[in-house]
Amino acid sequence: MNGVHDLGGMHGLGPIVREENEPVFHAEWERRAFAITMAAGFLGEWNIDMSRHSRELMPPAEYLATSYYEHWLWGLEHLLVEKGLLTKEEIEARVAELRKGAVR
Amino acid sequence: MSHEHRHEHGGTPQRPLTETELRVRALESLLTEKGLVDPKALDALIDTYETKVGPRNGARVVARAWVDPAYKARLLNDATAAIAELGYTGRQGEEMVVLENTPTVHNMVVCTLCSCYPWPVLGLPPVWYKSPPYRSRAVLDPRGVLGEFGVALPDGVEVRVWDSTSEVRYLVLPERPPGTEGMSEGELAALVTRDSMIGVARVAPPVRPAAGTPA
Repeated sequence: MNGVHDLGGMHGLGPIVREENEPVFHAEWERRAFAITMAAGFLGEWNIDMSRHSRELMPPAEYLATSYYEHWLWGLEHLLVEKGLLTKEEIEARVAELRKGAVR
Repeated sequence: MSHEHRHEHGGTPQRPLTETELRVRALESLLTEKGLVDPKALDALIDTYETKVGPRNGARVVARAWVDPAYKARLLNDATAAIAELGYTGRQGEEMVVLENTPTVHNMVVCTLCSCYPWPVLGLPPVWYKSPPYRSRAVLDPRGVLGEFGVALPDGVEVRVWDSTSEVRYLVLPERPPGTEGMSEGELAALVTRDSMIGVARVAPPVRPAAGTPA
């Protein structure tokens, strides 16, 4: 599929920024996003190409403005809803519930 | 929630969760409650990829190839099987290809479409590898990118850029640096960096002479 993810040869995306002694994850939510994506993959409802495709469905401007694990999260949510494992409504309800007073 | 113990409480001032953090927590709690994911499996996955799988694995493969010509031949012929000989198998490394750097050919690896990377031998990729600047420019201006990473190649050296796919994952076999003649396999492995196995760096010669090397 042609899309914003197909970055090979594109101009103007800025310098390559490297980090010395980079940690595997940069935040606790990245660990959790990685793990739930992998574990949900074990359910066998989709394969690796479907996972990648789901991330490529992210709106282009949003794709370029968000981080790697945000792409994963977006794709996972899309697949879980598409496969009927969770509904959009219950996800939004849980987010709203957690937003009330949830602090880390 | 089952993962509460992992969140950082101590000392840091409390702040509202970001939208992203809320969504991750919402999905994890729903998936766990419905029995779709096992909280223990989540912790095990994180531990595996944070502490057990990483570029030290690939470095062992490279060092073995440097000291054992028969192993190197197997590695270049059937990388998946040769890497499995050292115990490195698993997802995102099911079909491995090893690319040998020589004085006349320099290989470097990218995934222009996403982030495909040989997890069993290198672990999870660094942020720059997954970033739009590297993915776009590695194929457009590989010599320029290599220059930014500190690799200046003579004009006569051919650069080959390999675009990974979800099926095939590449590992670069860097050139063995000079001054390492007397070194053990373990000492050699310690010289091999992640970036040299992606093909954006060379392996630097040892700072001090190796044991057995005349002073």
